[in-house]
Amino acid sequence: MYPDERVVRFITDHFIPVRVHVRDQASEFQRLGERYGAHWTPTILELAPDGTETHRVEGFVEAPELLAQLTLGLGEAAFKAKNWREAERHFQDVLTRYPETDSAAEALYWAGVSRYRATNDASALAETAAAFEKRYSDSTWAKKSSIWKE
Amino acid sequence: MEIQWRHDFDEALKDGRERKKPVLLDFSAAPM
Repeated sequence: MYPDERVVRFITDHFIPVRVHVRDQASEFQRLGERYGAHWTPTILELAPDGTETHRVEGFVEAPELLAQLTLGLGEAAFKAKNWREAERHFQDVLTRYPETDSAAEALYWAGVSRYRATNDASALAETAAAFEKRYSDSTWAKKSSIWKE
Repeated sequence: MEIQWRHDFDEALKDGRERKKPVLLDFSAAPM
């Protein structure tokens, strides 16, 4: 997945990338693995600048799914920081750029929540539930949003 | 174009704090 030029560019643009090798850096892998509860590879963690985990990708995923996951993680980090508009923008990016990935339904859900948090307007949730009737209707996230239907 | 991976986590995190930039930590078994 890393030879993909889109992945290289995305990671270079958005993160400070650190690789810890399970065998070549065994003691560091053990130290950080215990700190973050990561005991298998590949595991990718998105960390806020203070070192707190904001998103995790476990196991191999193809490039489009990885890009979607990493973008979802940026949205989650913004959401945790209560930057609702920025969070919604990242979640919408997942929907626009990677609509066929497994992450898209989750992004649709959180885009709605972010818009609601930004506006305090419950119609954002109802509109999200309605959107799930048109796409990703079989997803877990569609079920979670069903409570918002008007 | 390749990812310029760092291998000193603590230094990278320190840099992340100073630059207010998130860190991507990759636990890998791939050949280095």
